[in-house]
Amino acid sequence: MSELKSMSENAADSAQPNSPERRRFMGAATAAAAGLTIAPGVMLYSVAHGRSEGQPASSEVRWGMLVDATKCATGCSDCVSACSTENGWTPVAESQHPRQAPQWIRKLELQDPLTQMETNLPMMCQHCADAPCVDVCPTGASFKRADGIVLVNRHTCIGCRYCMMACPYKARSLVHESLNDTQKPDVPRGIGCVESCTLCVQKIDRGDGNTACAEACTAAGHNALLFGDMNDPESEISKRLRVLPTKQVRADLNLNLGVRYHGI
Amino acid sequence: MKRLLALGAVVLTSAALAWAGADSTPKTGSAAKPVITKAAKGEQCVEDTDYMRRNHMAVLDHHRDKTVIEGIRTKKHSLKECINCHASEKSGSVATAKEDFCVSCHSFAAVKIDCFDCHSTKPQGSVAMHPLNAETAHYRHQLAAQANSKVSAEEMAGVAQ
Repeated sequence: MSELKSMSENAADSAQPNSPERRRFMGAATAAAAGLTIAPGVMLYSVAHGRSEGQPASSEVRWGMLVDATKCATGCSDCVSACSTENGWTPVAESQHPRQAPQWIRKLELQDPLTQMETNLPMMCQHCADAPCVDVCPTGASFKRADGIVLVNRHTCIGCRYCMMACPYKARSLVHESLNDTQKPDVPRGIGCVESCTLCVQKIDRGDGNTACAEACTAAGHNALLFGDMNDPESEISKRLRVLPTKQVRADLNLNLGVRYHGI
Repeated sequence: MKRLLALGAVVLTSAALAWAGADSTPKTGSAAKPVITKAAKGEQCVEDTDYMRRNHMAVLDHHRDKTVIEGIRTKKHSLKECINCHASEKSGSVATAKEDFCVSCHSFAAVKIDCFDCHSTKPQGSVAMHPLNAETAHYRHQLAAQANSKVSAEEMAGVAQ
């Protein structure tokens, strides 16, 4: 490291601040530094994945999901039912008020009107790095956790639904009626609060390292959902994202999404 | 005028003292005292009982922010662990029946609890205890669907009940 430092000092002395030589050198130096930090970095990531109860969520990690729409099966909604079972929300079909029913995740079937090509994909909170819901929240209840998960703090949510308006993905829903103690102990949710996909934050904090929807998709043999740490270059999701062409939905909004789609 | 004020002050103080005295030695037969059942599990609370009686809300408030915002899920001051220990053996809950741990004190003190608008009042794994609830009916469908040949749907329904 000291060698590197002296080299960079020399380089800074010899080259003009913005000369191409200097730029090239800095690029190489950064790459070298990144290479060096990979070894301790790996250890850091593994600690962050299996962090202990008392450790706060760390920004070393960014949880994300890769949706492979080419593998997402028509008519299958295992991810949706797994989510509702894990998080205790009533599925739309079983709700007494389907138009108000919460949808933490939903299946979309799209068809290209010209070619008739059909695409299947699950849509949920995209866990934006620059989330519009966080920007508009008047009480700060809508927030992004250090590890990139966008959540609602129900203790401060006043149910104004600005975030629902701001979300380009229609990912949020409001709980309109009392849930009468049907919540799961791990997933508190209730009347007058907005809610959405939490990337199974209770499971992540427990150290499961996977979400209910991705588990269900794998169990069904489709493997269309891959959950992982997008900051860890060695994680399965990072490796796949490196080679697979993926898109962000409404990439024009420049929100840097945590959910990436392949095959749309 | 001064004397009158002093007299007033003396009267007020003695009245207050008398009231405080009455409070420390409760009269039998007055308003029904809250029934405080001993925690079903565990011998000793995470803090002294006296401390918890006065400060449990501050402890829970502090912990809730740690948990929600930072993701720190230590067990010591978590509401979930309160519920795990204090759920009544009869109702399986801390806040459904009148004598349940949280409700009995809070109704005596006339302080509304908001916690259970969102938080479950029952310990983990007790959802199956309440199969008649329409909102959880889909769990039963799933149980029955998973049953396949090994266990019949009827048996699963029996388990759920």
